[in-house]
Amino acid sequence: MAIAVALALVVVGSVVFHLVSPWWWTPIASNWGYIDDTLIITFWITGVVFAAVVLFMAYCVLRFRHREGQRAAYEPENKRLECWLAIGTGIGVIAMLAPGLVVWKQFVTVPDDAATVEIVGQQWQWSYRLPGADGRLGATDVAHVTPENPLGLAPNDPHGQDDVIIQGDQLHLPLGKPVKLLLRSLDVLHNFYVPEFRAKMDMIPGVVTYYWLTPTRNGTFEALCAELCSIGHAFMRGGVVVEPASNYQAWLQQQKTFAQLQAPSRTQARN
Amino acid sequence: MIVILTFMVVLAGFGGWWLLRQGLASKPWLEVGIPGEADWSGPAPRPTARLGLAAFLTVAGSLFALLVSAYFMRMGMADWRALPMPIVLWFSTGLLMLSSLALQTTVSAARRSELDGIRSGLLAAGVSALAFLAGQMLAWRELAEAGYFAASNPAGAFFCLVTAIHGLHMLGGLVALYRTTVRAFAIPMGSTPQAIGALRLSVELCATYWHFLLVVWLALFALLMRWADELIEICRGLLT
Amino acid sequence: MADVAHGVAGPAPAAEHDDVELYHPKSWVTKYVFSQDAKVIAIQYSLTALAIGLVALVLSWLMRMQLAFPGFLTFIDANFYYRLITMHGMIMVIYLLTALFLGGFGNYLIPLMLGARDMVFPYVNMLSFWIYFLAVMVLVAGFFAPGGPTGAGWTLYPPQAILAATPGQQWGIVIMLASLMLFIIGFTMGGLNYVVTVLQGRCRGMTLMRMPLTIWGIFTATVMALLAFPALFVGAVMMTLDRLVGTSFFMPSIIAMGERLAHKGGSPILFQHLFWFFGHPEVYIVALPAFGIVSDLISTHARKNIFGYRMMVWALVAIGALSFVVWAHHMYVSGMHPAFGFFFATTTLIIAIPTAIKVYNWILTLWRGDIHLTVPMLFALGFIVTFVNGGLTGLFLGNVVVDVPLSDTMFVVAHFHMVMGVAPILVVFGAIYHWYPKITGRMLNEPLGKLHFWVTFLGAYAIFFPMHYIGLMGVPRRYHEMGAMAFVPPSTVDLNIFITVVALIVGAAQLVFLFNLFWSLRRGRPSGGNPWRATTLEWQTPETPPAHGNWGKELPVVYRWAYDYSVPGAAQDFLPQNQPPEPGVTEGVRA
Repeated sequence: MAIAVALALVVVGSVVFHLVSPWWWTPIASNWGYIDDTLIITFWITGVVFAAVVLFMAYCVLRFRHREGQRAAYEPENKRLECWLAIGTGIGVIAMLAPGLVVWKQFVTVPDDAATVEIVGQQWQWSYRLPGADGRLGATDVAHVTPENPLGLAPNDPHGQDDVIIQGDQLHLPLGKPVKLLLRSLDVLHNFYVPEFRAKMDMIPGVVTYYWLTPTRNGTFEALCAELCSIGHAFMRGGVVVEPASNYQAWLQQQKTFAQLQAPSRTQARN
Repeated sequence: MIVILTFMVVLAGFGGWWLLRQGLASKPWLEVGIPGEADWSGPAPRPTARLGLAAFLTVAGSLFALLVSAYFMRMGMADWRALPMPIVLWFSTGLLMLSSLALQTTVSAARRSELDGIRSGLLAAGVSALAFLAGQMLAWRELAEAGYFAASNPAGAFFCLVTAIHGLHMLGGLVALYRTTVRAFAIPMGSTPQAIGALRLSVELCATYWHFLLVVWLALFALLMRWADELIEICRGLLT
Repeated sequence: MADVAHGVAGPAPAAEHDDVELYHPKSWVTKYVFSQDAKVIAIQYSLTALAIGLVALVLSWLMRMQLAFPGFLTFIDANFYYRLITMHGMIMVIYLLTALFLGGFGNYLIPLMLGARDMVFPYVNMLSFWIYFLAVMVLVAGFFAPGGPTGAGWTLYPPQAILAATPGQQWGIVIMLASLMLFIIGFTMGGLNYVVTVLQGRCRGMTLMRMPLTIWGIFTATVMALLAFPALFVGAVMMTLDRLVGTSFFMPSIIAMGERLAHKGGSPILFQHLFWFFGHPEVYIVALPAFGIVSDLISTHARKNIFGYRMMVWALVAIGALSFVVWAHHMYVSGMHPAFGFFFATTTLIIAIPTAIKVYNWILTLWRGDIHLTVPMLFALGFIVTFVNGGLTGLFLGNVVVDVPLSDTMFVVAHFHMVMGVAPILVVFGAIYHWYPKITGRMLNEPLGKLHFWVTFLGAYAIFFPMHYIGLMGVPRRYHEMGAMAFVPPSTVDLNIFITVVALIVGAAQLVFLFNLFWSLRRGRPSGGNPWRATTLEWQTPETPPAHGNWGKELPVVYRWAYDYSVPGAAQDFLPQNQPPEPGVTEGVRA
């Protein structure tokens, strides 16, 4: 008896919590509203199923709880009912899966006009690299990493000389321009995650991974590491500033290229 | 992971086929009483130990399939450099075949209850199996001296791992073979076929295990000798 | 008229020969310590698993304290916290749940429910337990090793698992891997036993389709475990070599803490594939026995046959088979080839269909039943709620693109605790309340049991349901403190405190359960042989608790399926499986 009430209260409580609690996702700042839409579809379908199943169970418990002289029915199976339930479930699954796959297709298809930004993770900081004037990122290898060349650019690659290197600062992105984030790690797994962008992907040492997005809202957003990377994991924070193109260009002008960063150390070496 | 998936599909095929014969579609609530002996699908009169070995070999098969899968995945990466295979591997392969063959003759000797044949067969199998292991050790030494076991050489590490796990399975088999051999020599000459018959199951189980190890080794050998490279190319083509 | 397909009426002679040669213990040590009796081994397994599980429970309290009141317990820093999550996860998933369901319930129930005298290889069975015990001891040794246990996360992802910045890099990780390898070896020995016993050890008349669903669940899970654990074994061996010998299976060339390591050319993602090839079936290795057991609990306590038995069996087998082709749904954001996302999302969501069918059938079993709200039944109902909830959130995480924002957040933590933490544990409790009378001959105290149920069920739900929303906001998992996160409202701290307080209360409720276990051993009400009036064979043993050899002189013979409850026309509302049909007496229309 009490359990039937409790089951019903679990459903009511869950729904009320979902509707009135202040804890909900942060306002989106990228084009991945589709992901939010798919999530909402999933919430609706699963929510209805959860409520229906548990409430029906509560009803069964209430209606068929043991009373003196009662005897259960004998019903080994009911093929039609089982078939219909399976088909209904199948339809529900398709209703969630189909939009999911469509959006995934978008997620993994980078538009041709996307700008490229490289994000490099290492314990426990983020660095960024922009392709510079020639629009191409230079080659890299961990073997080239030195204190002067922390991202390991190949010193002899001409494409790398004009690459813009940003260390110890926030990444700036122009508003409304699609950008492909190339992800690289120097040591362990990391994951560049900005909750407002919804997207994330692991970085794997030795491999370059990627995802893309279009920032849709001006502002400064916090970047977190979302893949356990030893004790500093929780402190591996960064920031992304989304701003109009003019501000972005102004910021870009102030950044140093790889060649500029190398120049002082070269002169020192010559002396 | 294509190898392990193929392995799993084959297993699922066997499992499904076996399950279908167990009357999975029957309606058990309609059947009261004891099923007639004709369609009594309960335990067949096969020795439990043989079924146990079969189950173990399936698990070991899964282990090796996973090793091979990992090997394939690693080979598929751009910077793979293969090892030169020591010639001695050919000899050890031959020795393992010999060992397997010796056990097969032992099985037929056991079926004919010839104690002589059993004893000599078991000894031959044991000696050639030990020689096989020695051959593997030689191969290891040769590669180690040539410096292929450096930390930066994944091919060397995979070679070690694969051969070592295979060798350990062989060692485990040798313990069983040793116990069978001891039992074979404990029976006095001229015993009745019944007394010898007790040996038969042990000999058969050893032989099954040896054949399994031989098959696994041949697969590994083909892989190490890079005879399977084209297969890998095809798999890579499928993935991209 | 009884529709008797195989018309052998009347009692049949017992099986002519007895395949298993029983080992007879000669001394106290061989009877209770190095015992080869599956029932003793089952209890050994269960007690060891519960003991180490208790350790993991205490670890979870510490974790929750840190999350709600960071800095309150001064000895918890990032290092300590990562050790806590690693050991808690590993112990709960492998050393508690896997060992308890298969080693504990498997050992106790397989021979008894199938009418066998014992497992087919009792000696190997004994070895299995002692190797498991050794694995647990090695695991515990990790706590005392120099440098402490590993803090690499329960997934042990390389490269960080074996690098210097990770706690326990010196000894902890090696001990962890060694313990896992031992566990796998021990489990394989036990698992071969369970499988071969189900195939060979069934008594006369026990066809596969007459087996209780408990056995189907344990059998399918064991087959899966036998095939999946080698993947973890291979991964563990390779990582041990990487750590100790300096090979490069999983280690690419990297710069760790400003220093270039000697490793070169390894693939971290290879480990992830191996780990999850084991790791996903592992979820079902824990879930399938729970599915089976809960089916039997519901059927027995609702006095009604399980609805759609055939469908339940097919669903179990289908889930078992499908679970081998979904592993990469743990790796959607791991950087693997994006095309895999389509395949694995589809297979993952397909699994929802047989799983949903199981849920429907449990509830349809309640429909028009005669529901006795006993403690095992309450736990079974609690299981359905938490399992449905956790299963449905699995549809979020399995649907590749929805997983992208949620992956690696507290949403995942909430999801898997609900579906493979709380749900199976509720079944474990239900099963203990159900079978305790058979094991000890006494009932567990019912008021205490109900108290235990209410606090555990409502508490666990109150812990993990709100936790989803913390993840939905974007709070990552494996953060020992949230620190300042601009996108998180301050009230989240209050929610964290609420969760922690409830977690401590739920933890304390388990002490009530422990007290009940020991108190009832001496003071519980004597139960008799079949207190729940159940049909399955284990309740029909001549003695309770069952003696060595289980069945006295003659093995039982099975005449009917496991769910003859409330058969129309029968005098009682249950017909034991070994009750022969009475010649000439109709059992009413069955169809």
